[in-house]
Amino acid sequence: MANILVYALHYEGAVNKNSLGAVSEAAKLAGELGGEAHAILIGDGAADVAGSLGAYGAKKVFVADAPAGLAGPAIDAMAGVLNGGDYKYVLFGGGLLGFEIGAGLAARLGAGVAMEVTAVTVQGGELVAERPILGDSSISEIKFRSDIGIIIGRLNAFEIKQSGGDAAVENVSVELSAQAGKATLRTRGEQRGADVDIEGADVLVAGGRGLGKAEGFDLCDQLAAAFGGNSAVAATRAVVDAGWYPYAAQIGQTGKTVAPKLYLAAGISGAIQHKVGMQSSENIVAINKDANAPIFEFSDLGIVGDLNKILPKLTEAIKAKKG
Amino acid sequence: MKIAVLVKEVPDAAVQKRVDPSTGRMDRSGEKNLNPYDTHAIEAAMQIKEGGVAVDEIVAVTMGPESAVRALHKAVSLGADRSVHLTDPAVAGSDVAATGYALAQTLKRENPDLVLLGQQSDDGECYTIGAVVAEHLGAPSLTQVIKLDVEGETLVCERQAEYGYDTVEVGLPAVISVGDAINEPRYPSLKAIMGAKKKPLDTVATGDVDIDTSKVGADNSAAQWTAAKAPPQKAAGTIIEDEDTAETVEKIVAWLDERKLI
Ligand SMILES: Cc1cc2nc3c(=O)[nH]c(=O)nc-3n(C[C@H](O)[C@H](O)[C@H](O)COP(=O)(O)OP(=O)(O)OC[C@H]3O[C@@H](n4cnc5c(N)ncnc54)[C@H](O)[C@@H]3O)c2cc1C
Ligand SMILES: Cc1cc2nc3c(=O)[nH]c(=O)nc-3n(C[C@H](O)[C@H](O)[C@H](O)COP(=O)(O)OP(=O)(O)OC[C@H]3O[C@@H](n4cnc5c(N)ncnc54)[C@H](O)[C@@H]3O)c2cc1C
Repeated sequence: MANILVYALHYEGAVNKNSLGAVSEAAKLAGELGGEAHAILIGDGAADVAGSLGAYGAKKVFVADAPAGLAGPAIDAMAGVLNGGDYKYVLFGGGLLGFEIGAGLAARLGAGVAMEVTAVTVQGGELVAERPILGDSSISEIKFRSDIGIIIGRLNAFEIKQSGGDAAVENVSVELSAQAGKATLRTRGEQRGADVDIEGADVLVAGGRGLGKAEGFDLCDQLAAAFGGNSAVAATRAVVDAGWYPYAAQIGQTGKTVAPKLYLAAGISGAIQHKVGMQSSENIVAINKDANAPIFEFSDLGIVGDLNKILPKLTEAIKAKKG
Repeated sequence: MKIAVLVKEVPDAAVQKRVDPSTGRMDRSGEKNLNPYDTHAIEAAMQIKEGGVAVDEIVAVTMGPESAVRALHKAVSLGADRSVHLTDPAVAGSDVAATGYALAQTLKRENPDLVLLGQQSDDGECYTIGAVVAEHLGAPSLTQVIKLDVEGETLVCERQAEYGYDTVEVGLPAVISVGDAINEPRYPSLKAIMGAKKKPLDTVATGDVDIDTSKVGADNSAAQWTAAKAPPQKAAGTIIEDEDTAETVEKIVAWLDERKLI
């Protein structure tokens, strides 16, 4: 048998949608390999959501009684399940914890790991992972020589699919390693900055480090206001971490995923972790002074120039156009 | 406290990075530099030292070919006291799991209280070396840390995770990879650059640090990445070079208008 174990992240009563994608993908792949997809949930409240994973194709769901939100306990719990079962692959939907747990497991099990994976195929009874590399300029294929292969997906890579079904839920006890006991969460999920709503916007004006300082966001606010209607301002992690703009407006891997009619990026380089949150936008316009910025690779309209010169004039022109 | 900083030599950002199609490995010809993300890790070590915590020494550690010594010189010019270079044909082409194992073995001899890394390398971009090193050292670890305070034997770390900002207490010894928002790295002084080559450099091979060579190198790596293929081509977007801003803005407005976006 070639079963696949999936790590499912959950928080405040909901399973993360990337984890749902990973469970769906594992169910599909396990079917092709002639095995089953199993999932594991860790921490308080896991039991409440465990059964729901059956609908996405999980045949068995493990509920581990260990602290949530940190990699250490999850590595211990998953290593225990993997050692006691018949598994060939482990799948993660991505995210910060997915990377940390996947890599820790690879070290503990002597397994190979592939990360930022956008597609998985079955070739000769084995899984092959596809990973875009070097700024998405090419795609490499990763195969595993180890007994277990670990695959960490890129954000939003795996489609969520309800195939229907029931999962058997099994409680597992976890013996925490010494290192797992040495990291503890003091606070989790702190929302920094105002609670802005960007998810329903048709037009998003997004600002990055190229704005130069927190006040640079005034240029974005004014442009968004000129568009009027259903428009809002969004941001990159770089500027949210710097305290220039609220976390609730962050787009990307550890922020929101959006697909507005227009995404206008000002002073944003276009890092993969930002791209994954906005690449499905209908129209992407980028203003960047560096002609080689990666964002131009996936923009529909790219303007090579200084945003300080362009944004104010663009705001005026749009106001004038709207009359 | 003793701090080890892991640093890597990568192709210069201005150089077109490519993979050698015959081996699937990085083409390492051309200009190279210290991985820019690692300068934040060195700076974090310096700020701990200058912030009043008694730091005995900061040691820069790398695994890589002979040329990687330049990354160590750069690290020393930015503040490291000395450096260790693991270089051995046996480790060439190692995957993440093997690289992390080899680095952990090298670190064991140094026995640091804190290991700092960059958030990612500019070439491989695997984001994961820290977690692998930590597991082999039996130490707790966190990645993407943007605030780091030493409170006795405990580190208080902040980072952005899936649901917002987390604050985590981590007991030493620990392995921490820092995000690029943690600090603004300093520039090395001319004097520091000139003096870097005179600081102690320890060059070691696998046998010196007890690395089991059956666990490292391309042939012994469990993840095998093969020849790259081209991604599906997306139609190239329109590019406007801003020479006359009034004209540029006119073009943008026309473009938006055509698509009924205004
Ligand atoms: C695990 C992980 C998770 C992450 N999650 C996220 C996430 O959720 N969201 C996210 O956004 N990032 C995320 N990141 C960070 C990401 O990798 C990048 O560091 C970040 O997106 C960069 O933000 P930026 O484009 O604002 O800054 P930079 O990369 O510094 O780019 C600034 C750009 O501004 C341009 N510029 C400068 N001045 C001007 C000017 N006057 N006019 C025009 N252009 C100018 C520059 O040419 C440059 O291209 C994550 C990273 C990791 C490792
Ligand atoms: C295009 C490409 C794709 C790859 N894909 C995979 C893959 O899917 N699976 C896999 O297992 N391997 C893969 N590798 C190999 C992997 O990049 C190497 O094993 C590499 O040595 C470690 O990964 P990284 O540099 O990406 O580390 P990251 O985890 O991105 O680096 C984080 C930090 O670790 C430290 N660090 C990293 N390498 C060293 C070093 N040699 N010496 C000292 N400190 C270091 C630095 O502080 C760095 O900032 C790939 C390599 C390339 C070039």
